[in-house]
Amino acid sequence: MIEIAGVRKSFGRLEVLRGIELDVAEHEVVCLIGASGSGKSTLLRCLNLLEPVDAGRIVVGGDEITARGVDVNALRRRIGIVFQAYNLFPHMSVLRNVTLGPQKALGLSRRQAVDVADELLGRFGLAGKRDDYPDRLSGGQQQRVAIVRALAMQPDVMLLDEVTSALDPELVAEVLNVIRELAAGGMTMLIATHEMGFARDIASRVCFLDAGVILEQGPPTQIFTTPQEPRTRQFLDRIIAAGRL
Amino acid sequence: MKIFCIAEALILVFALVLAVLRSLPGPVFFPIRALAIVYADFFRGVPTILVIALLGFGAPALAIDGVPTSTTFWGVVSLVLIYTAYVSEVYRAGIESVHPSQEAAARSLGLTRGQALASVVLPQAVRRVIPPLLNDFIGLQKDTALVGILGSVEAFKQSQIETSADFNFTHYLVAATLFVAITIPLARFTDWLVARDRRRRQAGALT
Repeated sequence: MIEIAGVRKSFGRLEVLRGIELDVAEHEVVCLIGASGSGKSTLLRCLNLLEPVDAGRIVVGGDEITARGVDVNALRRRIGIVFQAYNLFPHMSVLRNVTLGPQKALGLSRRQAVDVADELLGRFGLAGKRDDYPDRLSGGQQQRVAIVRALAMQPDVMLLDEVTSALDPELVAEVLNVIRELAAGGMTMLIATHEMGFARDIASRVCFLDAGVILEQGPPTQIFTTPQEPRTRQFLDRIIAAGRL
Repeated sequence: MKIFCIAEALILVFALVLAVLRSLPGPVFFPIRALAIVYADFFRGVPTILVIALLGFGAPALAIDGVPTSTTFWGVVSLVLIYTAYVSEVYRAGIESVHPSQEAAARSLGLTRGQALASVVLPQAVRRVIPPLLNDFIGLQKDTALVGILGSVEAFKQSQIETSADFNFTHYLVAATLFVAITIPLARFTDWLVARDRRRRQAGALT
């Protein structure tokens, strides 16, 4: 589904990604873990071409997205992304937030887009919020709307960029439950997260990023119980010390 | 009043176009950006009365076929030229105040740059600059009096005529009252727009 080969990305003199190699199969849920600044978010943004890569290639569903002259907009319709800070459109109602993409980018009629939005909002317990504006919602509700907004485009892949990091602790669960439901439905996902317990539950594979490379990867039980790399052990020890695992 | 209304409508449109041109990214658009900057700097730099006099007296004096000789026309043109420069800066500040993550979110849904601008960035930008826009409206409203030197009739000019007829200066007071009578409702209208927007966003909070 996704093939990432030799991807490099620098911001000025800071090299954030230093040769990422990663393949993700269909229906797979891959969790990216690692310290802040290890390149998790940058990798996800590169996958959605929000950041152009400096070197390497990314293939999604058989199409090389890093090729020259690729239709960026067509590509982004197939790859949903959810951000840490939700990034809902504050001047639009929840419903309009969700229907904007399908109407403008997919060319759905207003009627069709509303049907899709109502179905998704209902499924994720947001039916009563459809006419509210984002600033009247809790963080957890806003993030669920952001997930629904991405889902409304019916993407092949979902990229989740630390989607619970900005939430109050008691609101984390409702968002994680939505993601669990997506995983159960067979959605292919790439998830950057600091929620180690969640990663252990949900991931088919966990990748530990360190200084811009994937230092170690494997099934969650292996990564969390018998990590091979000293750096991975150090990272997990710090997480355990902080009471987050 | 007619001058003000026509000029205002044109300014709102042209200034927005200018602000958008100036926000075009990439080296390809450098000449356009540069032109937009030169325009804004020039017309914010020259005194309004100079432009009005130059165009109002100068353009008809050229006596070229097809060039309008109406002083009202050239008055409007002058005001539009100058205020477009000011108002485009206000719009630009609004556009830049919208966080880039908003455009990123729109683009991530597959919207084109133009669609993201029209649906997500500009609506938020315009809402934020309504108060400073009003500021410029009021300035424009006062500067329409300058067009009077060209001989088209507006409140100030009319009061001059009346004054010279009977040496009674209360006409100036009447003219001033007229100006204020227009700007104050405009200010209240803007307050109302802003308040309505806030109410709408908070609506449904209790459901």
